[in-house]
Amino acid sequence: MTQMKSMKDTRLLMGMPITVEVADESVSKDDLETVFSYLVSVDERFSTYKETSEVSQLNRGELREDEYSDDLRTVLALSEETRRATGGYFSIWCDGVCDPSGLVKGWAVRNAARILDERGFQNYYLDAGGDLQLAGMKDGAPWRVGIRNPFNRAEHVKALSITDRGVATSGTAIRGQHIYNPRHADQPITEIVSMTVIGPDIYEADRFATAAFAMGRMGVAFIEGLDGFEGYMIDAQGIATYTSGFERYVLC
Amino acid sequence: MKKLIVSAVIIGVFIIYALAHARASVGFTPSQGSTSSSSDPSSGSSSGSSSGSGSSGSQQGSTPTTTGQYKNGSYTGSEADAQWGYIQVKITIQNGRLTNVQFLEYPNHRDRSVEINNYAMPQLTSEAIQAQSSQVDVISGATDTSEAFMQSLGDALSQAS
Repeated sequence: MTQMKSMKDTRLLMGMPITVEVADESVSKDDLETVFSYLVSVDERFSTYKETSEVSQLNRGELREDEYSDDLRTVLALSEETRRATGGYFSIWCDGVCDPSGLVKGWAVRNAARILDERGFQNYYLDAGGDLQLAGMKDGAPWRVGIRNPFNRAEHVKALSITDRGVATSGTAIRGQHIYNPRHADQPITEIVSMTVIGPDIYEADRFATAAFAMGRMGVAFIEGLDGFEGYMIDAQGIATYTSGFERYVLC
Repeated sequence: MKKLIVSAVIIGVFIIYALAHARASVGFTPSQGSTSSSSDPSSGSSSGSSSGSGSSGSQQGSTPTTTGQYKNGSYTGSEADAQWGYIQVKITIQNGRLTNVQFLEYPNHRDRSVEINNYAMPQLTSEAIQAQSSQVDVISGATDTSEAFMQSLGDALSQAS
């Protein structure tokens, strides 16, 4: 297979490395720059760390509802929809403080992918801190996607063949415990260390991976019950459980 | 190998189920309720007893009667994980008989959970994870701030070189 031209760049945005690779001949630096500037603008609006962001203004009570931007309205509506779809397992509100970062990432990267679509690119991926949006192919074959070994970050435990899908992984092993079951907030989720979800796009995969991880061991059964989603869960003993349609993505 | 693991899991689950069922049956044998006449204050205060098997120990030794199987009172069951949400019931026993079951928690409050409730047997498969040597284009994994630092550092260094 001949090596096709591709362009790849990584920036540190939203507190994570974001990589964009486009494997179409016509790609230019300007295309990647446009994607990154869009993500910077989202970060400026939704960061809970930036005092000037709209979300920070919202949390300080400085915004009236009629002053909300369209993007903020969209994200709040998506959050409410997600809270319902996951039976309360996904919430951006904690003690009256809004932190939509868990949802904004997937939403923003999906929008960024649409920028590439509009520019006519068909073969690319975006990687936002290990959550992926993939389109088309690389060197004539679908993108090869690894699932990281939660016990050894230098390894992957599965190689998948993915095109035109989103892949997201929620976990505890690497960053430490940062997801809690809202029904038992005092109990850390210990039995599951990694939950990977393949979905229609990164936004869908990410939000359901987060919710499924919070459900603990039964999260993978939740994914099994969702149309168009597959999941691969790894428990603390290194045993993986996967959904009925997962194997069709597996290379090895 | 995969089939072996799956078979072992299925057999294991069956054994656990059989044992749990056997233990639960002990708790519900008609061994109590000898005072079928009126409500017993001591049993009435025993709400919070968590399960059939848990309560069986304190009630053994009573004489079986035909009028009722259980001690009068109300009992709150333990919160049980029902795959998608939790179930918790409160039961009322009058004259040794079960007269009311109240659901304190039941996962039916969203469309999605109803759908999951109807979804009885997930077709899930298990395997032991294994490191792969294959080349991949990109890796999916949980976010890591130190990783971000390293990548950023690597990025900066590559620009500097």
